[in-house]
Amino acid sequence: MESKVAYDNELNLIKATELRLGLPGTDDREEQALFSARNNKRPLPDTSKECGSKKNSDARHVDNETAPPAKAQIVGWPPIRSYRKNNLQPKKSDQAEAAGIYLKVSMDGAPYLRKIDLGIYKGYPELLKALESMFKFTIGEYSEREGYKGSEYAPTYEDKDGDWMLVGDVPWDMFMSSCKRLRIMKGSEARGLGCGV
Amino acid sequence: MNYFPDEVLEHVFDFVASHRDRNAVSLVCRLWHRVERLSRQRVFVGNCYALSPQILIARFPGLKSLTLKGKPHFADFNLVPHDWGGYVQPWIEALSNSRIGLEELRLKRMVVSDESLELLSRSFANFKSLVLVSCEGFTTVGLAAIAANCRFLRELDLQENEIDDHSGHWLSCFPDSCTSLISLNFACLKGEINLAALERLVARSPNLRSLRLNRAVPLETLQNILMRAPQLVDLGTGSYVHDPDSETYNKLKHTILKCKSIRNLSGFLEVAPRCLPAIYPICLNLTSLNLSYAAGIHGSELVKLIRHCAKLQRLWILDCIGDKGLEVVASTCKELQELRVFPSDPFGVGHAAVTENGLVAISVGCPKLHSLLYFCQQMTNAALIAVAKNCPNFIRFRLCILDPTKPDPVTMQPLDNGFGAIVQSCKRLRRLSLSGLLTDWVFLYIGMYAEQLEMLSVAFAGDSDKGMLYVLNGCKKLRKLEIRDSPFGNKALLTDVGKYETMRSLWMSSCEVTLGGCKTLAKEMPRLNVEIINEHDQMEIGSDEQRVEKMYLYRTLVGPRKDAPEFVWTL
Repeated sequence: MESKVAYDNELNLIKATELRLGLPGTDDREEQALFSARNNKRPLPDTSKECGSKKNSDARHVDNETAPPAKAQIVGWPPIRSYRKNNLQPKKSDQAEAAGIYLKVSMDGAPYLRKIDLGIYKGYPELLKALESMFKFTIGEYSEREGYKGSEYAPTYEDKDGDWMLVGDVPWDMFMSSCKRLRIMKGSEARGLGCGV
Repeated sequence: MNYFPDEVLEHVFDFVASHRDRNAVSLVCRLWHRVERLSRQRVFVGNCYALSPQILIARFPGLKSLTLKGKPHFADFNLVPHDWGGYVQPWIEALSNSRIGLEELRLKRMVVSDESLELLSRSFANFKSLVLVSCEGFTTVGLAAIAANCRFLRELDLQENEIDDHSGHWLSCFPDSCTSLISLNFACLKGEINLAALERLVARSPNLRSLRLNRAVPLETLQNILMRAPQLVDLGTGSYVHDPDSETYNKLKHTILKCKSIRNLSGFLEVAPRCLPAIYPICLNLTSLNLSYAAGIHGSELVKLIRHCAKLQRLWILDCIGDKGLEVVASTCKELQELRVFPSDPFGVGHAAVTENGLVAISVGCPKLHSLLYFCQQMTNAALIAVAKNCPNFIRFRLCILDPTKPDPVTMQPLDNGFGAIVQSCKRLRRLSLSGLLTDWVFLYIGMYAEQLEMLSVAFAGDSDKGMLYVLNGCKKLRKLEIRDSPFGNKALLTDVGKYETMRSLWMSSCEVTLGGCKTLAKEMPRLNVEIINEHDQMEIGSDEQRVEKMYLYRTLVGPRKDAPEFVWTL
């Protein structure tokens, strides 16, 4: 508060010796500043269409609507580099973001691998159906005890520790965050994985 | 001085390092001018259109390091159309055709093509350092050329560029024989990276001090890299996401303990906050921390982290730290010199991110603060006055209130007094950005007190021509003035036309200057380029009374530029 008083005193000194904005005789700077701010201020782009008249020190034009609408987006404001603006992630984004968890999928015997976006599937049934249609095969029926019964193939995945696990054992969310790649095993290998736990 | 042989003069000039000092030296007499220019190795060109490559090459045959800046500053905020200019190609062509042994090139806001990068990589046998800041126009193909052909490359630093990512192969283009890397920053690349190639590169670069990774580099790779490069001083993590119960994370915790040299930390482009404790041990020694892209670290985790950083001198963060978080910064980081608080939600309304209270707390706790960029919801005169009193050492003071014409919410007054206090108290102020409700008074104060001011940014401020005139008359050291959406017109523009030859440039957009005013200026000052940017009405030569939407003028030795696009009209 003291600094404010000291500053105000200095301000008086300035007032006494310096240029003034208003006509000689007008005294109250603050009133004047407010007055100028409300009336001479250049309206923001949105409101300029309404106030057609050119603003100058023209007291006639009193427009109390010069405050900018809260949500108006002005070009180039706030002044942040486009690079930074484009890289600001939305708040509270999930770790396993729906925007692309691309994983490699290999199939025993197939000449090349495929890639799928895990984020677009809502659960195991959808994923397995997609794999079936991608590689043209059928996955058997899943049971906790016996894995995938009724087919030569078993869908497996490599988890974060590097171990090969059977798809379907853990909850979907846990699977999404720990799965690194998929492999559709065939034949005896597949059956071996299905037995025992 | 004529009695000394040139070699002695040259030896003395060796101790004169800064550009400005060397420029001053060269003005003393013809002899000094000659000795200085023949011995100069580092040249800074603040506006690439102020001179030509030929002039540069003729004057400084010993040139080794060149810094070039292209587009005006407001191009950062989309106010300059895309093809305005700022091409580096003619410079590289000219240098390549000369005998100049270029070793370092630093570019800011320029258009760089793959062709330019390839030419650069093939033209200079001793090329060591490429730094690109806010540039555009190139892809990873250009980077591959640099990697492949610059045999003694020490530094490749890409900061906030828009790069088209075609593949991660460019990293593999560094030959096995390349072992000279000291600094590599590719954080702004958006695509995948050949991780194995990266690890091999790090393994064969014993001098590597600075490494900033992009989003595509996972925590496992970071772990491997830190194992091989515990000598790093500057680290930018890529994706910092992992299961904190995993073996990889545990390994990382141990590896980090060996990295005793890290002083700068940045990145965390993706982050799992539960993994942050691994870096607490290095926080103790950090002098610089940039978390301004780490949107995944929220208030309380941010605060926990910062409590470990007692030696911090530079901090860049997002405003989700909040006023309370800034109080923690104030009580922890007593050595703080530079603070930047960026908005995490620039178009959001009323999220109480940071206000004047955070800034005042910082000013109380961190008296060494000299550099500030602060995006906030609101500001008061009282707060600014307090800040001015607590921190008289400001060199750079940039305030951005998200609502650009907001008054002091407590008193409903303009912020003239607050900024007035800043310029009066901070006698060494060189750069100032204003915001909030402001009248001509603030410009009066600036003209009166800001004697060292070199750069001023004005938006939505002032009432009349007087405002701009106060500044042009009072600030003797003014070099760059950029104004948008303010009621300054021809009178302000034309009262002191000679002033513009003492400045680098003036930008005025959405102001009151007319075509006639600009024409008059251009006629009176032939050594200025007065450019009108007319995006909407293509070359409609309207009346002189027509207001000019965007005007950019700068002093130049070489007249109107020949590469100006259709929508740019040099008067």
